[in-house]
Amino acid sequence: MAVIEARALRKAYGKTVALDGIDLKIEPGRILGLIGPNGAGKSTALSSILGLIPYEGKLEVLGLDPWRSRDQLMREVSFIADVAVLPRWLRVSQALDYVAGVHPRFDRAKAERLLARTAIRRGSRIRELSKGMVTQLHLALIMAIDARLLVLDEPTLGLDILYRKQFYDALLTDYFDRDRTILVTTHQVEEIQNVLTDFMFIHHGRIALSCSMEEFETRYAEVTVPAEHLAAARQLRPIHERQVFGRSTLLFDGAERGQLEQFGNVRTPGIADVFVAVLGNATDDGQAGSSRS
Amino acid sequence: MSGTESTAMPDSPGPIPGAHAEGSPASRPAALPWGRLVYWSVLRELWEHRWCYIVPLIVAAVYLVGFAIGAARFPLPLLQDFLRTGAMPHVKVVGARLLEAPFDGASLTLMFTYLVVAVIYCLSALHSERSDRSILFWKSLPVSDTTTVVAKALFPVVLLPLITFVITVLTHGVMLMLGSAVLLARGVHVGALWAQIPLPPMWVALLYHLVTVHALYWAPIYGWLLLVSAWARRAAFLWAVLPVAAVLILEKLIFNTSVFARLLLSQLNGGEAAVPYRPGGAMTMQVPTLANLGAFLVSPGLWIGLAVFAAFLAGAVWLRRRQGPI
Repeated sequence: MAVIEARALRKAYGKTVALDGIDLKIEPGRILGLIGPNGAGKSTALSSILGLIPYEGKLEVLGLDPWRSRDQLMREVSFIADVAVLPRWLRVSQALDYVAGVHPRFDRAKAERLLARTAIRRGSRIRELSKGMVTQLHLALIMAIDARLLVLDEPTLGLDILYRKQFYDALLTDYFDRDRTILVTTHQVEEIQNVLTDFMFIHHGRIALSCSMEEFETRYAEVTVPAEHLAAARQLRPIHERQVFGRSTLLFDGAERGQLEQFGNVRTPGIADVFVAVLGNATDDGQAGSSRS
Repeated sequence: MSGTESTAMPDSPGPIPGAHAEGSPASRPAALPWGRLVYWSVLRELWEHRWCYIVPLIVAAVYLVGFAIGAARFPLPLLQDFLRTGAMPHVKVVGARLLEAPFDGASLTLMFTYLVVAVIYCLSALHSERSDRSILFWKSLPVSDTTTVVAKALFPVVLLPLITFVITVLTHGVMLMLGSAVLLARGVHVGALWAQIPLPPMWVALLYHLVTVHALYWAPIYGWLLLVSAWARRAAFLWAVLPVAAVLILEKLIFNTSVFARLLLSQLNGGEAAVPYRPGGAMTMQVPTLANLGAFLVSPGLWIGLAVFAAFLAGAVWLRRRQGPI
């Protein structure tokens, strides 16, 4: 059974359509990145999946309707919104007590072990901790929950680079396994590119591109072409072209690698570059719809 | 939608043995007992709103200081007269009131503190979690909105009266000891003093009054304030007061009546039959009779009030389900 299954998922706030009929199916054991500009509908999609807002269409998360059974769903789903949601008055020990009190799948000993690696003291209040420490605490709480789906909404927003790296390292080495699924949105696409197994571009409330990383790596290629080969390379219909230090870098979708290698060193592009190319083209073609924001 | 399709889940490819504490991965984690969720939810209110017991403790401490000073300056001849001639009925009445008054005063002061604390608590209970974004953390845990709102409603209706009662009894105890110590130092026999102050009946009356009037009769008030705190984005106090004022004024202007005002007042007073009233009309803190209790249990004000309370809470649940950070 799919972890998340949506059909014609739609959400409008007044006249603003945030989600415009999305179909998606996420299997267990995947790490899916939801990528899109601000206001594209990422947060609305996550809020629907977490049962935080009502929606139209069909949506099942672990076989449950999130809007009707949020509390039941949260026994198997963990969720980190961003670093600022732990209440500032809460003590670290109280956070442990409370989650242990209300969560049937919380392993307190594991949380204690994870916290022991940090400089966080049990008696501290959240407001006394640095941003990085608050994230470490939240992560320790979440990782000690034996959940099947973990949803991360901009989890590293406002963190410095060291903590951001630690955050994903900890998730991958100590948490993720084949039974779990992780759904993550972030602005910093490049830092999760090698973490993801799948990604999805969301734009104007629609899925602009959905692709596994294996598929991504075979499908998309990038090559920096010397000026003398430029015309020949352009014959292969790159989907995007950009100038770096006066040299042209061409991005290809589905081009033969062997053919490309004659122009230079072929690389796998960054998701962000493909994102810009795909969405740029979509907008140029006028496919991405009207003036929704 | 198919929220009921919560049957067993097939194994995911290559499940890791023992990866899930509850046995096979097919099993859904069982719900924890509802009482346990409510217990932790109420406890977290107490953690967040520590001032709800710190403020009454400070009030009690200030009152005790005032009492000690008063006891030290109490005119000695008057007291000795009374203790000597205490058997005379008219003197006893006056004297007992003299001795009892500070104890009654402590009860009333702490009861008033409770009401102020309860109102402020209710106005922030469903508002502060939205303004500090922590609602996203609370909603990430398997606690339903109903459970949360019930816990937040139990706080002013059950926990605060209990806290008030306990602090009042402790205050009375300290007053008795302080008074004895001061009088002893001034050479007055304290045994007679102790005999004159009927503390246990006072406590019964206090508890009865707290539960009947300020917890149960006032419940719709707390419910209204909780509803407003779930709804208002800011200035919850104004949103709580202005509609009430508007109804009062409009009723007066349009119909030239004050039905709503009388209704509100009788609710605040706890229904005249339910609590002991002095012939003059003022509410007293006397021990309730069984007739009082009977009148309380059958008073429409109680049950209509509780129904309104439940409706307000249902509204607060409805709102909290849909509300995010502000």
